[in-house]
Amino acid sequence: MSKELIHLSNISKSFDGQMVLDELNLKIHENEFVTLLGPSGCGKTTTLRILGGFTTPDTGNVFFDGQDITNMPPNKRALNTVFQKYALFTHMTIAENIAFGLKIKKKSKQYINDKIKYALKLVNLDGYENRMPDSLSGGQQQRIAIARAIVNEPKVLLLDEPLGALDLKLRQEMQYELIRMKNELGITFVYVTHDQEEALTMSDTIVVMNQGYIQQIGTPESIYNEPENAFVADFIGDSNIIPAIMIEDKLVNILDTRFACVDTGFGHNKPVDVVIRPEDVELTDPSEGILQGVVTHLIFKGVHYEMEVMANGFEWLVHSTTMFPVGQKVGIKVDPFNIQIMNKPESEDEEAVAIDI
Amino acid sequence: MKNIAKKIYVALIFVFLYAPIATLMVLSFNASKTRSKWGGFTFKWYASLFRNEVILKALYNTLLIAFCSALIATVIGTIACVAMSGMHRRTKAVILGITNIPMLNAEIVTGISLMLLFISFGFKFGLGTILLAHITFNIPYVILSVMPRMKQLNPSTYEAALDLGASELTAFFQVVFPDLLPGVLSGFLMAFTMSLDDFIITHFTKGAGVDTLSTKIYTEVKKGIKPEMYALSTIIFMTVLVLLFLVNFSPSKKSAKDKIE
Repeated sequence: MSKELIHLSNISKSFDGQMVLDELNLKIHENEFVTLLGPSGCGKTTTLRILGGFTTPDTGNVFFDGQDITNMPPNKRALNTVFQKYALFTHMTIAENIAFGLKIKKKSKQYINDKIKYALKLVNLDGYENRMPDSLSGGQQQRIAIARAIVNEPKVLLLDEPLGALDLKLRQEMQYELIRMKNELGITFVYVTHDQEEALTMSDTIVVMNQGYIQQIGTPESIYNEPENAFVADFIGDSNIIPAIMIEDKLVNILDTRFACVDTGFGHNKPVDVVIRPEDVELTDPSEGILQGVVTHLIFKGVHYEMEVMANGFEWLVHSTTMFPVGQKVGIKVDPFNIQIMNKPESEDEEAVAIDI
Repeated sequence: MKNIAKKIYVALIFVFLYAPIATLMVLSFNASKTRSKWGGFTFKWYASLFRNEVILKALYNTLLIAFCSALIATVIGTIACVAMSGMHRRTKAVILGITNIPMLNAEIVTGISLMLLFISFGFKFGLGTILLAHITFNIPYVILSVMPRMKQLNPSTYEAALDLGASELTAFFQVVFPDLLPGVLSGFLMAFTMSLDDFIITHFTKGAGVDTLSTKIYTEVKKGIKPEMYALSTIIFMTVLVLLFLVNFSPSKKSAKDKIE
């Protein structure tokens, strides 16, 4: 893995006596696309503001390239932020907006003009130099905000839900744009969002946060396929979370039925939660299934059918391209590889969260 | 029928509102010295007004005080708004309430209390005390007109400027202040107007021999009204009218135009 660039060490922060971040530790590497993902109020934006220097942590330190920058003001930091509501300077033209940081650094006119051209080309808005921000659409304004940040050649670009205000189609387009920009620029992106699809599409690393704690750090694949707890499983995509008992290594008792699985090291007869993604539940002829159930709901979703199957007292959510009508008896099969075993939540907090969502 | 009644009603209201001022304006162009007779159209009262050195001195005082007090009140009021915007919501509400009280307070009470304050501190009455008094009652008007702008501000723009390397002062003057400017300008004009036409507070805080236009008119009227005073009053009325137009229309027009561009 590439060099470590940012290290958040034991960061705690509370506002008006309310704990927002609790002993948070996080390392971010050079050239990484890191996404802080979580529901609102989970502390992700506060983490970003601490990185940007707009909020000072109560305890803990922020290291940047080995240097302690905890108390360094934002205007001295080698990182730039793209704000949620664009925050363009409305009384300045697009060119003046982009030139703002460069003028403060007293760059030459020629340098500034070249940079403006380059940045507008990068965000696909050539020729917009003399427009006013108000005359641009939301997506265009957000791209200008990105251009304004990157001309300063930051080592890290912080993005605070930059696509939150855009419509779905534009958001998807911008996701590809951001990945392209990140690859072209070769800088580190720290991205905050509550949208799991955005996180899965763009990130190298996802940091799932809730209630001021990091729940899991990993690649999009590992977060999706191997969630460490019920919160992560539930927050990322649809899932069947079922209480179960781990009989022994590679054998789990789900709803009084034995299923083979691939996980080991949970001990004997230990209560656990299992996660099975709806697309991993196979519906078959009743005789071929490990479990038998009845289809209770059926919705056509376009790419697949979404069905609910009642089996052994649990309503299974199933995504399948094959349709089974409501009332039909079916068998349920799950590939051992697709059963993800998780420890039961240890703290009451985690439990409360799992119920909340 | 109903429509005509409506129009007559509105016309009557305007007649009641503006008949006195219209009379004054008409009389200021009356060549005859008596009020009861029209002696032909003339500018001679305006001409003699501008030859009257006592009145010109009072005009100079008035403009000087209006300009200085409006300027200083604008600076103080704008800084106050910036400070208040950073406060907790409840503290802010309390402070805003306190700043509003002087506007509602009877002017005569403000005038007398300021006079007592100046006496107890041993101030020498003159232009200085008038200026201090005017700054005092102008500040709430500035806050009143800057605060709504402040509330509309996107708080991220200031942070964005800091993020791009600007110092706090640069960020304020290059990014925040331009957005506040329409409010600041209308606050300044409002304060200028308030100072220009103030009589009661000025009357209590001025020293002997120092006069503004309003106090000058008051002393002159006690001696018997001269047509010059009609001319002077007409000028004051027109000035205030123009200023009020500027206050009410210029900032909104400008922002509307910006949007279209």
